[in-house]
Amino acid sequence: MDKSSGDGGNVFLVRLVQVYESFRRAELEAIADLLEFKMDILDYNDDSPFCLVRLPSIQNARALISRTIIAHAIYVLWGSGSDYPSLRTSVREQSAHLWAPFAESSFRFEIDSFRGKRSMKEQRSIIESFSWLPLNGPIVMRGAELTLTVFEDWAAGDQKRRSQEQKPDSESQDPESAIASSSLPRPPQPKRLYLGQLIAESGRSHALAKYDLKKRVYVSTTSFAAEIALVTANMAHAAPGRLLYDPLAGTGSLPVACAHFGAMTCGSDIDGRMIRGKGGRRSVVGNFEQYGFKERWLDGWVSDLTNSPLRGLGDEEATRRAGWLDGIVCDPPYGVREGCKTLGKRREERNAVVEGPVYIDGKLSHLLDGYVPPKKPYSFDAMLDDILEFAAVMLVENGRLAMWVPTANENNIALVTPMHPHLELVSECIQSFNKWSRRLLTYRRLRAGEIDRSTKSRKRTYGTGVTANELNSFRKKYFEGFKPTQS
Amino acid sequence: MKILTLNFVTCARKACKASPAAFPLRPREAELEIVEQDINPLFVRNVLPRLEWDALREVCGELGLQQLPSTAPSPDDLFTTTPAAADTAMADAADAHEPRPSQLLRDLHTLLLETTMRSGKLVCGNCGHEYAVKEGIANFLLPSHLV
Ligand SMILES: [Zn+2]
Repeated sequence: MDKSSGDGGNVFLVRLVQVYESFRRAELEAIADLLEFKMDILDYNDDSPFCLVRLPSIQNARALISRTIIAHAIYVLWGSGSDYPSLRTSVREQSAHLWAPFAESSFRFEIDSFRGKRSMKEQRSIIESFSWLPLNGPIVMRGAELTLTVFEDWAAGDQKRRSQEQKPDSESQDPESAIASSSLPRPPQPKRLYLGQLIAESGRSHALAKYDLKKRVYVSTTSFAAEIALVTANMAHAAPGRLLYDPLAGTGSLPVACAHFGAMTCGSDIDGRMIRGKGGRRSVVGNFEQYGFKERWLDGWVSDLTNSPLRGLGDEEATRRAGWLDGIVCDPPYGVREGCKTLGKRREERNAVVEGPVYIDGKLSHLLDGYVPPKKPYSFDAMLDDILEFAAVMLVENGRLAMWVPTANENNIALVTPMHPHLELVSECIQSFNKWSRRLLTYRRLRAGEIDRSTKSRKRTYGTGVTANELNSFRKKYFEGFKPTQS
Repeated sequence: MKILTLNFVTCARKACKASPAAFPLRPREAELEIVEQDINPLFVRNVLPRLEWDALREVCGELGLQQLPSTAPSPDDLFTTTPAAADTAMADAADAHEPRPSQLLRDLHTLLLETTMRSGKLVCGNCGHEYAVKEGIANFLLPSHLV
């Protein structure tokens, strides 16, 4: 089947990075959705960095890759095959109409061997096997007008087997004669081959270097690594002209990532020290200044998620007409370091203390400098539901919530994904660590016409325990310790 | 805290959410400053329909800022295709037809995104609770008896 024509559009190869596998497809889809073009994913596998997509145009391909973080580059697919003869046949059949503009162009060939390795000699032999292409321009190493890349996808372990089985003199064999000599056992070969014409590289390496936490002025132990923060911003559709909010902003790592994509951002935190920072450049504002976009930090303030000052909450009318935030990003504290907190008194304090203002030296205690409101333990599940309720009210139609939640790897905690009748779950991506994992949940605020009026927001009952451990199943599990990982 | 943000916040107390008197919060003893920012026409255009215009007018009045028209401008008023006189010589033919920020957009930018409340108090018109603003950062945490 000819994938490059028919049905409109072209087939492109996205050279993904082999990390954060479960985020890659979701990131591409989020960007295509944001930029409002149709993208069909024709071939994607978590085990491979080569993803084939159909896009309406090369302009779309450029726009897609310019925002993608977990990819290196995008190519027009010239052909694919299970071995070199079938790759060449495929290139002849599918890409002949693409050659003419490059007849006199300077060009270069590259070999990108995933999980494989080719000696210089083998590389030369592979490149020479394409010498029949009508390219008459000079071969250059830098600044080529046409860059063609041969992609090899090796099965895990095959390259190792190949090196072991290879006789010393077989180094001289080119891939084709290895296939031709069928009397000998065939050494392992790549399972899939592609030839692609480079269109554009992603902004990945530039962005990862720029937002490296090691070079950031103001960070804390909870700051988000640049790569995964930028992916979160993509999932939340951060873009020029939009307003994104982080209700648990900390040092502002997620807002910074959103601002990278041109969004206006704001944030708050229950801990005023986080928002104010340590003075001068060591503050959230300082981080925005460091990156040269201080105008993209609207404001930071001190507030508690359960008693948010943002307008629209608790107002039936406002709830119906949708909110004014384009996106919400957050990484709720799951209490590994400290129990989840919300303002309010612990149960025993409530019972013991007479309700009413507290006076110290004749002054209202909460107006004194340095007043720290009491904090009560807060169930993590209840907090997630609060965030969803908040998002449902505050987001514009089609606005997005991208929220991180922890998940333990091997245990009997149910993988509960909080849901809300006004929010549609768009994607669910998992990042695994040694003994635990976390998920990025992305939701879309439904348009008024999409909301099923018969659906009532379901209310869960939560643990009423007093300690953070009793309230927070994840934290409890964490401190009980996980069983060692089987491997 | 910028004037735009003041249009987005109300009293943090749940009991005040439904009360029209709680919004906007009244600035008191406000110390203002202008912090120059690059203009972001796309953002101003997108945020304009989300403003509570009457609340914005009220806050401007209380702060002694410019008098705003009684009704919100339309997003169309933010751009002009006629180049400003000073720019005419510079603008080439193609550029002349590009929408340009109008004076109204520049004024809104200055008001919403450059005018900042450096310090003072924000007072709820319903319950009278005062939220402090220090070094441009407002504190909406509630004392325990109001939670
Ligand atoms: Zn109030």
